[in-house]
Amino acid sequence: MTFTRKMNRRSILRSGGALAMGALAAPSILRAQDGPIVLGHLTPRTGFLGPLGDYAVRGVDLAVEHINADGGIMGRDLQVLKEDSVNPQTASTKAERMIERDKVAAITGEISSSSTLAIGQVAERTGTVFFNTGGNSDTLRGADCKRHMFHVETQNAMYLNGEGFHFLNAGLVKGKKWYLPTADYAFGHDLLEGAKAFLKRNGGEVVGDDLVSTDATDFSAIMLKIRSAKPDVVALNLAGTQITGFLKQYGEFGLDFPIGGFGFDTQSAWAAGPQNFSGTWPSVWNHRIDNDESKAFTKAFTDKYGLPPENQAWSDYTALNIMAKAMTDIGGTDSKALIEYLEGGAKFDLMKNRQGYFNPSNHQLLQEVYAITALPESEVENEWDIFTTSGSVIGPDEPLEVLIKDAVGGTCSFDA
Amino acid sequence: MQTALFLSQLLNGLLDGFYYLLIALGLSLIFSLGGILNLAHGAFFAVGAYMAVVLTPYVGFFGAVLIGPVIVAGMGAVTERLLFTKFYRIDPLYSLLLTFGLAMVLEQSMRWIFGAAPLAYNIPDILRGQVFFGEFIYSRYRIFTIAVAVVVVAALWVLLNRTAFGRIVKAGIQNPDILGTLGISLRPYLSAVAAIGIGLAGLAGILMAPIQPVHPAMGGSVLVAAFVVVVIGGLGSFWGVVWAAMLVGLVKGLMGALDLTAWSLASIYLLMFLVLLVRPRGLMGERILRFE
Repeated sequence: MTFTRKMNRRSILRSGGALAMGALAAPSILRAQDGPIVLGHLTPRTGFLGPLGDYAVRGVDLAVEHINADGGIMGRDLQVLKEDSVNPQTASTKAERMIERDKVAAITGEISSSSTLAIGQVAERTGTVFFNTGGNSDTLRGADCKRHMFHVETQNAMYLNGEGFHFLNAGLVKGKKWYLPTADYAFGHDLLEGAKAFLKRNGGEVVGDDLVSTDATDFSAIMLKIRSAKPDVVALNLAGTQITGFLKQYGEFGLDFPIGGFGFDTQSAWAAGPQNFSGTWPSVWNHRIDNDESKAFTKAFTDKYGLPPENQAWSDYTALNIMAKAMTDIGGTDSKALIEYLEGGAKFDLMKNRQGYFNPSNHQLLQEVYAITALPESEVENEWDIFTTSGSVIGPDEPLEVLIKDAVGGTCSFDA
Repeated sequence: MQTALFLSQLLNGLLDGFYYLLIALGLSLIFSLGGILNLAHGAFFAVGAYMAVVLTPYVGFFGAVLIGPVIVAGMGAVTERLLFTKFYRIDPLYSLLLTFGLAMVLEQSMRWIFGAAPLAYNIPDILRGQVFFGEFIYSRYRIFTIAVAVVVVAALWVLLNRTAFGRIVKAGIQNPDILGTLGISLRPYLSAVAAIGIGLAGLAGILMAPIQPVHPAMGGSVLVAAFVVVVIGGLGSFWGVVWAAMLVGLVKGLMGALDLTAWSLASIYLLMFLVLLVRPRGLMGERILRFE
């Protein structure tokens, strides 16, 4: 009797447990098979990076459209929850909410390096994969790296090397004087450190490195100093609307030293206008790149939005496509499996001549970069085509790794 | 450190003061008379800048400088009639909430209509170029903006100190109750002052559009700077705002001269902090009875 009772109780418990597990699991199994794949997207829509966030969201919307038109991810609809990340604290809170309340499978986005770090920390803590599409700081790929964070956006070292190669070839580095106005936050500091190291390695001299607060709009004091210092090159370590403001005032004060920068978004050039835009700048992608995929993307974007895409739109669009391919290839959304797949050298089409792949030691997407040069005002035909683009700054036989050489920001280690 | 550069930076800072004056006067006026803390001041600045972009193809730059502020002033009068009137006699905190909301609505409207991406806008050809006084270089365009600021401030001074309108406004700032017993209604004056104050913000925006990126959030830093100037100068004082603006510009210029550009913005907040510690009513502020 006891034996039977025990057996019955145990078996009841066992079957009860199994039933409970089944009840708990069943909805998610059902959901997993029919429901949409929900991802989260965070980007600043306000503040000095707001204009870039606009392009990011447009890129996301276009990607969702294209991916779903193609049958979605593993036959399931792709849905992206989009939010304004505003600042690092808000980014952190919203990322947590997206993961815990909305149960997103992964997060993409961000532009500010400071907010990227905040989201990266949340992603790591919650075991969610996060694709950074806009934060450039080397430290994010170095001392602050996270196992769950991957970088579609180029890191500062890649822009530094790309732009640096251009100025080296133009004979403007060895024995030359450089002025480096710098934005006073993580991104700017990183760029400055990298720029100084680059110049030191190649025999260049730094004659000015003023820090400007990110909400400064008046650069007249720096213009006066630049004029007094008479540098050979002025290289900006600024971002977003500050690049535009600086270029406008550079023209206002009539300064004409060769100018460029180690951080750049096409949008900054458009806002400065053909009259004020000058110099040569690094570009991860631009709408004048001459190949079929880029042209098709540009056309689709322009048709949908009435204006051409700039690099931020490309970055968010591409990140979602990479995510879709990755999830399809591993047949699921599990973070561990995704990380293993991405670290394993999987290759992705980036609308460039060469495919890209993630560097397993720091999760940076290795890819070609370009250099764009402003057209003289007389040659400009419309408000968008105000520059020409180079081909890839490295030759087809050079390994992509050469672009991340000499990155600053510490070494990455993924333990703990 | 070269003396020439040092002096240039100081002078540049002083001239910068006119910019601060232009953005702070309107804010000071509205608060002094109506007790409304207009947090939408920066947003109207941005509206002015967009007005410049929109109007210039039709009436040219100078036309925009003339007509734009009038349109923004009109918006100011409407805002006053519809929104401010309920808030004059109550705790200024409520006006903070009101104008904060107004600022957000204005900013989002501009974002909705024009997009978040900055619009290209240039200095008109006739004002491009620089002027040189020995070692000192300055942009012709900024000289133009200073000239406009001087004219406007002078006109405002005349209005406030040499007209009946001004007499009543000043009385209204010092003690509105007495005016009531004299049978003078402040209502039309409040509308006029709001229109002027907001129109000034719009004018500043139009003048800054060629040298700053024109985007919906451009009013943010302007608002903070204007507040700093008003607080330092003190409420209810015309000359207080003038001296405060010059002082703020000078301190900022000093940071540039001392090679401490990273401290430019922090320095003016520190200045405000100091002034508040030593003389809370501001350099030349009146003691406003209902706030003590």
